[in-house]
Amino acid sequence: MHELYSTRTNPFIDPTLHLWAWEIPVYLFAGGLVAGMMIIAGYYLFHGRQDDRQSSVYWMPLASFISISVGMLALFFDLGHKVSVWRFYTSFQITSPMSWGAWILFLVYPALIANLLLKLPFGLGTKIPLLGNLSTRVVKHPKTIATIGVVNMVLGAALGIYTGILLSSLSARPFWNSSILGILFLTSGLSTAAAFVHLVAKSTIEREGLARADIGFIIIEIVILFLFIIGLTTSAAIHKEAVGLILGGEYTASFWVLVVFLGLLIPLFIQSLAVTHKIRHTPIAPIMVIVGGLILRFVFVAAGQASTWLPY
Amino acid sequence: MRYAMVIDTKKCVGCMDCVVACKTENDVPEGYNRDWIVYDVQGTFPNLSMEIRSERCNHCDSAPCVSCCPTGASHVEDGGIVTVTHDMCTGCKACLESCPYDARFVNPEGYADKCTFCLHLVKEGTQPACVSVCPTYCMHFGDVDDPNSDVSILLKSRKWHNNIPDAGTKPHIFYLV
Repeated sequence: MHELYSTRTNPFIDPTLHLWAWEIPVYLFAGGLVAGMMIIAGYYLFHGRQDDRQSSVYWMPLASFISISVGMLALFFDLGHKVSVWRFYTSFQITSPMSWGAWILFLVYPALIANLLLKLPFGLGTKIPLLGNLSTRVVKHPKTIATIGVVNMVLGAALGIYTGILLSSLSARPFWNSSILGILFLTSGLSTAAAFVHLVAKSTIEREGLARADIGFIIIEIVILFLFIIGLTTSAAIHKEAVGLILGGEYTASFWVLVVFLGLLIPLFIQSLAVTHKIRHTPIAPIMVIVGGLILRFVFVAAGQASTWLPY
Repeated sequence: MRYAMVIDTKKCVGCMDCVVACKTENDVPEGYNRDWIVYDVQGTFPNLSMEIRSERCNHCDSAPCVSCCPTGASHVEDGGIVTVTHDMCTGCKACLESCPYDARFVNPEGYADKCTFCLHLVKEGTQPACVSVCPTYCMHFGDVDDPNSDVSILLKSRKWHNNIPDAGTKPHIFYLV
């Protein structure tokens, strides 16, 4: 017998840690989605394919701008000491992924604005002549457009990877102790971004291309999830216990049913039928991918906080 | 200079005087704890053993709460005492998530809060409140870099353990067994 009793009663810590609620999963999801959209838009810009990929290139920066702002608002809601929020931008702490993230987000905004210059929304070009002039100059220079593409891809990759590393660096939570989370969240971001553009794109060429890309991202994501589970199950006892949360434990049903089955396998099947022209393109698969991506963050944030080194 | 706390589990009776002293000295909000008592029972009846531990922040040498802080609010003072500058803390909770001991909490005012080894008292040359009030004299505080300090002598003469050494944070609370 081994019994432990603690007199500690700290709110949100005891009896089990639950400090991060809905705000952090929403932020991580928004970050991943924006990362994916920046990479997809950047890729098309780099290859000069902005005209046949209108939704990806011209509307994604605006959607990204809104999504990342919603995510940052959720992050702000989560802060306990909101009056000190500006402190994020008075220092750079090299060992803190959150500090890296704050500065990456700071750079993401100008990159998105540069992308928006290619086709200013809401008639901003005529309302603000300075922006209009800038936009006219940018669209005349293919090299500048390609550079904007590269910058968006690099920052998108940094943003997507950081959202996973943010969790994996917190070594006190064994469920998160896998650097593969960086790639998992980046791939999930690419998958949800491709699904989102597929949902809003009007051009058949664009939808077809994105559905094919999403099939690839989903397959990669499934492989990464498999590797993540193998990594923890073949690690120390504390990590085996942590991964047990999704292998028979509290989060098993939500992970396997909502994330893997409904969020990955079923959309993979539907999209495979769509791209082989056996069925028509449907919004159901992309919606399932997007919701699955959101639930993935919720499950990972909750399961991570439920895993601990403490025996009590 | 490296401060540490040595707690004799053979003398601790779990009276919680240390907990009350901490709350009084540091104005710890109601319902929150900077230190607490753990009763650890092992064995099979009638061969049972119980270890009573007064626990708190371990003021680790390799403190993940310091390395993950995005603003530098969590920092290490002279002597290895880990503290938080309240007005620099954003309340992001990364430090709470990174602590394997769950030794921190969010103060109702929003910032991360924790044991400071009563730094304000230590700077005046006195002992942390919990150590001062212990009725069984089971708690000792001092400089482990000084071979002649009480804590160094106890650590050389007695068997001891740390909490969760496998977490790799190099804690500086030592439990004599």
